[in-house]
Amino acid sequence: MRRTPRGLRMPRRGSVTSPASAVVGALRQPSRRNIELGLLVGAWLIGAFGTVQVAWATTEGMNRRLWITIGAVAILSLAMHVTLRRRATYADPILLPVATLLTILGLVMIYRIDVAAALRAERNEAPLPTPDVYAQLTWFSVAVVLFVAVLILVPDHRRLQRFTYTFGLVGLILLVLPLAPVIGTTVNGATLWIRVGGFSLQPAEISKILLTVFFAGYLMEKRDSLSLVRSKFLGLGFPRLKDLGPIAIAWGVSLGVLVFQRDLGTSLLFFGLFVFMLYIATQRRSWLVLGGLLFAIGAGLSYLMFGHVRARVTIWIDPWAYADDSGYQIVQSLYGLANGGIFGAGLGQGFPNFVPFANTDFIVAAIGEELGLTGIFALLLLYALVIERGFRIAISVRDSFGQLLAVGLSITLGVQVFVIVGGVTKLIPLTGLTTPFLSYGGSSLIANWVIIALLLRISDRARRPDVAEAAPDEALTQVVRRI
Amino acid sequence: MTRPILRTALVFALLFIALLVNVTIIQFVRVGDYRDRPGNQRVLLEEYDRERGPILVGSDAVARSVETGDTLRYLRTYSDGPLYAPVTGFYSIVYGATGLERQENRVLNGKSDLFFIERTEQLFAGRQPLGGAVETTIDDRAQRAAFDGLQGKVGAVVAIEPSTGRILVSAQTPSFDPGVLSSHDPTEIRAYYAALKADPKKPLLNRPIVSLNPPGSTFKLVTAAAALASGKFTADSVLPGPATYRLPQTSTDLRNWNRGPCAPGGKLTLSEALAVSCNTAFAWLGNELGADALRQQAELMGFGTGFEIPLRAATSRFPEDPDPPQTALSAIGQFEVRATALQMAMVGAGIANGGTVMRPFLVHEIRAPDLAVLKTTEPEVFEQAMTPGNAASLTEMMVRSVEKGTGSNVRINGVTVAGKTGTAQTGNDRPSIAWFVAFAPANAPKVAVAVMIEESGVAEVSGNLLAAPIARDVIEAVLR
Repeated sequence: MRRTPRGLRMPRRGSVTSPASAVVGALRQPSRRNIELGLLVGAWLIGAFGTVQVAWATTEGMNRRLWITIGAVAILSLAMHVTLRRRATYADPILLPVATLLTILGLVMIYRIDVAAALRAERNEAPLPTPDVYAQLTWFSVAVVLFVAVLILVPDHRRLQRFTYTFGLVGLILLVLPLAPVIGTTVNGATLWIRVGGFSLQPAEISKILLTVFFAGYLMEKRDSLSLVRSKFLGLGFPRLKDLGPIAIAWGVSLGVLVFQRDLGTSLLFFGLFVFMLYIATQRRSWLVLGGLLFAIGAGLSYLMFGHVRARVTIWIDPWAYADDSGYQIVQSLYGLANGGIFGAGLGQGFPNFVPFANTDFIVAAIGEELGLTGIFALLLLYALVIERGFRIAISVRDSFGQLLAVGLSITLGVQVFVIVGGVTKLIPLTGLTTPFLSYGGSSLIANWVIIALLLRISDRARRPDVAEAAPDEALTQVVRRI
Repeated sequence: MTRPILRTALVFALLFIALLVNVTIIQFVRVGDYRDRPGNQRVLLEEYDRERGPILVGSDAVARSVETGDTLRYLRTYSDGPLYAPVTGFYSIVYGATGLERQENRVLNGKSDLFFIERTEQLFAGRQPLGGAVETTIDDRAQRAAFDGLQGKVGAVVAIEPSTGRILVSAQTPSFDPGVLSSHDPTEIRAYYAALKADPKKPLLNRPIVSLNPPGSTFKLVTAAAALASGKFTADSVLPGPATYRLPQTSTDLRNWNRGPCAPGGKLTLSEALAVSCNTAFAWLGNELGADALRQQAELMGFGTGFEIPLRAATSRFPEDPDPPQTALSAIGQFEVRATALQMAMVGAGIANGGTVMRPFLVHEIRAPDLAVLKTTEPEVFEQAMTPGNAASLTEMMVRSVEKGTGSNVRINGVTVAGKTGTAQTGNDRPSIAWFVAFAPANAPKVAVAVMIEESGVAEVSGNLLAAPIARDVIEAVLR
């Protein structure tokens, strides 16, 4: 990546209006796939090292199944790498290794918590629990299959634009599916799951991708009317009343999720995603103000009306008062983080299983305990890297749909990380969201890998030398817009 | 659309910075805060993972950690657990820690700043920090003598080296076995703890330094010191010692133990009054001196101060604002005067040390994991409570009390012992409390001891009968 001098980008930008220089730029565009492979190897080594460390520190010792797991992860990520070489040669070289490393960290931590659970069961002479790490590995292979499928089935992200409304409809249906009788399931108070043939799925995870595609396509179409200014107020131009429909619907749906599925996190995610995308599509800050206002109203109303929302806030303000019951999780999480300190207790040497749901919602607390502040910083920087690459892709791709889609997908990841890490570290009230790539759970892992596949697809399009094919009129419009 | 995208990116950058700052606050700035919270089991569990330093009596480890091989790698064990329980306390995975295990925790677990150099080495070597050792001031033989003497009774013994304030004995009965509470079996720990809690004799109480009782006649030492300090009285001043003393402003009579006058003719010297423990004379003396003078003298000897030895001792007290009848009762250690065994040992030690009361302490030295001495407790003067002359005079009176008066059972062949008995009434239902305060040798004291017997099962409670023999054994153990 460093080898790409800044200067090279300039002619590429200019190439939109001058096909001649596009060819020059194209010739110099390296694929950077070897860098990706190098980084991947680094991620494998970290994973193998972490696994061995857990095995040693917990005196379980390495066994064949663990070595096979390490090998399987390498082969699976290699499969993704090869797919990129074949199908998306110019894709971003950072995303795959970083997302792989995050998944590997998740697997190591899930394995570590499995060991703790097994030791505890042994001590209490209870039956040994089924380890989660192998199930997670299975989910990872499903995610890889979908990753490859997306890159093969979607050779150009702009094709997705055709399915804007289909995706919107399916996304909405998936969102409300857990409320359906028979298949809908309530776990820990939140109605988020559907149960089909022995598997439970969190359809909201898939729905978030479909709805992002829908938002991108829809806003592409409607942004002109949405950015029309009717009245000025406080120095900001506010939209016409009749254009308020979409944001009102998004608000209503988010509140609906909150009320009927009792899922604060997903509700927040959808509304935040929509408002930010609306702002980016229209470039009108008034949408942000309006969104913020609606959020405040929604938050205030739900605080007053719903016990479960109020409970979350109360615990957030003073978890110590509920340390033995409803605040137990967050208090244990904080103890764990404090136990970790700067350098962490060391893999396999903390007590991450003291926190209930250590391998799902609270996996970041487990990492903070064993890898310390250093580990959390590294982790957050990895996430920041993924999101930054997403934003960068959004800026570099030339079609507006691609821009909106890339930005929307990045925002999805960003909001998730902020809401869950902020919740676990008591920065904001705790809401249940999975930690992308890390948390145990298939739906979330698969969905986030599909997001990475889409971002890679868009980035490939952005850097591919045959840019001259890109719809020139659209690009022109954009140039005019920028002026 | 580049600009709004960049602005959105900026928003997320700020959100991430907020996350980083917040987690830094938790894991770096306020980390100690969270670690010290009482409900935090992790800290305790983490400590079980490394070898905790020993608590030493002389060169013997009375509390030490042994490797187990199970999840909790080290088990805390106590040789003679009940004997040293008031000193060591326990170290429990369920109930936290008490005693020196608690107060010197940072030394024992190796986290004290005293170990800065060792810790830095360990950090680079990647080793778990080792715990330091705490060497106590306890005299093993004297501690055993006290504990043996207390068997079958409810009580406590404290002995102090008068010239330094070193605590040589801190023993109690009933005691408990810290080894059981420090085991790794929560069920066993809970059951044992519940049984201890339910025991009306309160074995978990750190009796020598926490149990407050009226000191009875041993408080006459304080009253006599106040009398000498006033300048109005000497050992030879003649006091009225009739059979009864009418408490001022009341129609209640205070009697002597023998129900008769303290001396033929009802008059006797201060020295004689102390020797026979004359209630009427001291009650009269109390009002002559006034409550303020008594309180002042008591406070110079340690009343009203909460000592940390480093275990936190209860604060002994003299009543706030007694009226004359209450003052009379206070002068003989009744009414609302309350003292710990530690406090009364300090009174004895102060007199023995020429009137200079030393601050009591239980920790002699802190040693590094390699046993190099890192810190030695320096003796510290608490107060000059008496002039050396008055102290010598009071010592003589106490010797007389042993040789010719109430404290006959503390006599030792070849050693001059100074002592004072006490039998304190506590109320209608509870038995009287037998006290004995003594030090020896009287001319160059090596040990001052206070014995407090709260229950003995014996009908006739007397300091000389129940407490003096224990004091004698302790003194002999120290002097031998």
